[in-house]
Amino acid sequence: MRRPWWKWKAVFLSVAVLLLSVPAHGTAGFPYVPGDSLEDLSLPVPADGAYRAYLGLSGSGNFTPADVSAPVLLIQIFSMYCPHCQRDAGNVNVFYDLVEKDPALRKQIRILGIGAGNSPYEVGVFRESYGVPFPLFGDGDYRIHKKLGEVRTPFYIALKKDGKGVPRIVFARVGGIEKAEDFLAFLIRETGLEGKKP
Amino acid sequence: MKRRWIVAAVLLVLGMPVFAFGISDVYQKNIYDVGHLKPVDSVLKVKVGDPAPDFTLPAVAGGTVTLSAYRGKKNVVLSFVPAAWTPVCSDQWPGYNLARKIFENRNAVLLGISVDNIPTLFAWTGQMGDLWFPVLSDFWPHGAVAKRYGVLRSNGVAERAIIVIDRNGIIRYIDVHDINERPPLESIVKALDGLR
Repeated sequence: MRRPWWKWKAVFLSVAVLLLSVPAHGTAGFPYVPGDSLEDLSLPVPADGAYRAYLGLSGSGNFTPADVSAPVLLIQIFSMYCPHCQRDAGNVNVFYDLVEKDPALRKQIRILGIGAGNSPYEVGVFRESYGVPFPLFGDGDYRIHKKLGEVRTPFYIALKKDGKGVPRIVFARVGGIEKAEDFLAFLIRETGLEGKKP
Repeated sequence: MKRRWIVAAVLLVLGMPVFAFGISDVYQKNIYDVGHLKPVDSVLKVKVGDPAPDFTLPAVAGGTVTLSAYRGKKNVVLSFVPAAWTPVCSDQWPGYNLARKIFENRNAVLLGISVDNIPTLFAWTGQMGDLWFPVLSDFWPHGAVAKRYGVLRSNGVAERAIIVIDRNGIIRYIDVHDINERPPLESIVKALDGLR
């Protein structure tokens, strides 16, 4: 007996929901899902005034993603010791430049990096080696890396503030940016940002 | 209506690779998880102030490297790592690749040493990019150099150890590190700065 088409529709919807609820390839271990707030992620307010201004922070102490002024925050988990991160560093810089050169996007997107297992000195070596223009933070004791499920690096987490100003995870993925233009287009699409596509 | 759903199903299947387009780290799933190990499992046979025992080992790049060839010319940093294709080791030497100027500015060379054989080291270090420093195989006689320095563990792999030797061939710094952790780069830099 043939199954009526509307039953296939139900099967399709079930499969689609199942597939879309599975984290993207390579995010195994990442304990968050899209929509989570990541509100317990805490980083020190940068001593460098330029970085504070970029992130829209003031004062000292710690900050959370909710304190960053822009609606979209891209968090890069990297390591100075990670060959893939080294190879991708130039691509990330291009991504940063694309955002900063777009008058609309530069108000809406911020990026910061967290060096998993990297001391401030090691983060500094990475910054200097590749001329990284955006704020990088050390995570020498892996405190944050463990909180994020010890993901492989490089790893990216995109957050977007909801109507109440709470940053929510839009997507998380392992692997390099590779082609900055494509990654930016993906970020714009996934976050629903209005802006000029590259 | 029916056709519309068929099209949607096809698009979903085609779209999955896009959805899951994350690119894995260079080692992919090729890293063997050794679990948490006894931090140190050997007894040092050298100490700060001793002349560094000489050795000649084959290099992955070809030829051999002799420690005493640097005497009177360069400070030498020996970086013993336990084993290829293991978690911490795989994330150690690539970082030193960024630190070339740091070593060169301190008139130092870095020698990476593992008890793995040359083909294994060739495949493993090939994932790290072009390493600027020699990678040496202490495979045969197995772990002889590591044993001479007292950094060969009971299971036949080396400790994760950093040994700094000054240009006169004298050991000036030893860090037999917890094998489960990577020595911070600044500890090596500080040791090298102490030679000035």
